Amino acid sequence: MEQQELESRLSQMEGKLIGTQQTKNNRIFLLCEAEKCSDVCRFLFEELSLRFVISTGIDADDCFEVLHHFSNDQTGCMVTVKAFIRDRTKPSIGSITPFVPAAEWIEREMHDVLGIDFENHPNMRRLILCDDWPEGVYPLRKDAKL
Amino acid sequence: MSETVKKPILAVGPFHPLQEEMEFFQLTVDGEKVTDIDVRLSYNHRGIEKLSETLQFDQIPYLVSRICGICSASHPLAYVQAVEEIAGVKPPERALYVRTIINELERIHSHLLWVGLGGHFIGYDTVFMWAWKYREPVLDLLEEITGNRNNYGNVKIGGCREDIPEGIEPKILKELDTIEKKTEMLTKAILDDPVLHARLKGVGVLSKKDAVRYAVTGPTARGSGVDIDVRRDDPYAAYADLDWKVITQDAGDVFAKAVVRLLETFESIKIVRQAVKKLPKGPITTEVKQIPPGEGCGRAEAPRGETFHYVRSDGGNRPVRHKIRAPSYVNVPSFKASCIGADIADVTLTLAAVDPCYSCTERLAVVDDHNNVIHNHEALLRLSREKTAKIMKETGAPGLKLEDI
Repeated sequence: MEQQELESRLSQMEGKLIGTQQTKNNRIFLLCEAEKCSDVCRFLFEELSLRFVISTGIDADDCFEVLHHFSNDQTGCMVTVKAFIRDRTKPSIGSITPFVPAAEWIEREMHDVLGIDFENHPNMRRLILCDDWPEGVYPLRKDAKL
Repeated sequence: MSETVKKPILAVGPFHPLQEEMEFFQLTVDGEKVTDIDVRLSYNHRGIEKLSETLQFDQIPYLVSRICGICSASHPLAYVQAVEEIAGVKPPERALYVRTIINELERIHSHLLWVGLGGHFIGYDTVFMWAWKYREPVLDLLEEITGNRNNYGNVKIGGCREDIPEGIEPKILKELDTIEKKTEMLTKAILDDPVLHARLKGVGVLSKKDAVRYAVTGPTARGSGVDIDVRRDDPYAAYADLDWKVITQDAGDVFAKAVVRLLETFESIKIVRQAVKKLPKGPITTEVKQIPPGEGCGRAEAPRGETFHYVRSDGGNRPVRHKIRAPSYVNVPSFKASCIGADIADVTLTLAAVDPCYSCTERLAVVDDHNNVIHNHEALLRLSREKTAKIMKETGAPGLKLEDI
């Protein structure tokens, strides 16, 4: 998809977003609340056929962020969906694995290391942490004492 | 009386030394057929992402080059590109060319390594020995250029740490000619061999649809007809200035992946040759004083596929988050699509075809808990080789001899 077409198609999603950032290096960030995240990702993957690259989970001070990185390989543009999870006590967000199977491992990983729950994930077993790791200790959180 | 049907599970793992990580494949089997596959990993998680948050920006390239010995050029490159994106730095032209040369030499030696291992798995040990012999001079070149055969440590934010030694260009070009000739012979021997056609075609097929669903990258994707390559799609280093093409094959089987890797080796040789000839004069580094707050994505095409690094800075001297995705992280789950329905003898090869060097491990064991049979590394190799021998016998083909190549 050409860049112009990509940008105009992305603008269809504006109602679900709380902001858009575009850098001069061909990177687009779509900011949204956690509830809208899987809808936006489904649109990018199924309608725009963007390639899923990976996700990043971040412990920001006042919230958790889940970033789903997608790539439009025709133009080298990276489209990142940045979802904010405001509830720090029981962080939860919709899983994208049901329609992007490639996200299965990384969502399990984020669940392990940050304690974010992915709703509707088909297989939420541990991936990174060993079986006898204590419950409720999340090594990638900023307040983790390891 | 309640009765549960126990499905036999072949446990492959959990130790996997050649891949520098432990992996545990649990194959559910029905006779010789694999009906399901489950992967467990992270037995030796090194916590590099967390470690990276404790290091300064300029220390991290040396950390990430240790993620993988074979991809020790592409990880630091993807990282520094992410940081350069945040800082808005453009390295000097010469540095971009030096980065290109080192990364392509890395691809040549990695692909030759894979060809050798692939040959070993199916019982073509001549291919194994020759491929690794031709790989040796590439490592020697890398040693002369960077000081190390692996873990080059030559890339830094804003450029390169060391320049290419003066006067080495003719030697690189001469070695490339030799490597090209030898690789040509090897490729011809492999692609013209009727036994290999029979052994590798139609094995471990990953359809284009599944390749997209599992978001695989690199030769695994290109072997399934997915035309992606970060070097062309999101150009970095000096790739946009050079003349080369992306190799794709449509079949999606092991043979297609082998063809992609072999032909890519020639493209890499072409790239290095041009880069050495066009190598611009000038400095190899620019000074970067501070990394401002911001976020950046860096990508590099490693031999196994796209390496992706995401870095976020808050203006301090350390990143607040550094996400790393190595290509095998998305390539390995595609086994769910390519191994189910296959024979155990073929699974060895299919898993190897995405290049996680699967079979060469001493502690790899297959346990059939139904019948209490244990297959070890030798037994798995034997299964794969017996199938090759059977095909040889059926087609009446002579074995590959040393003098054939």
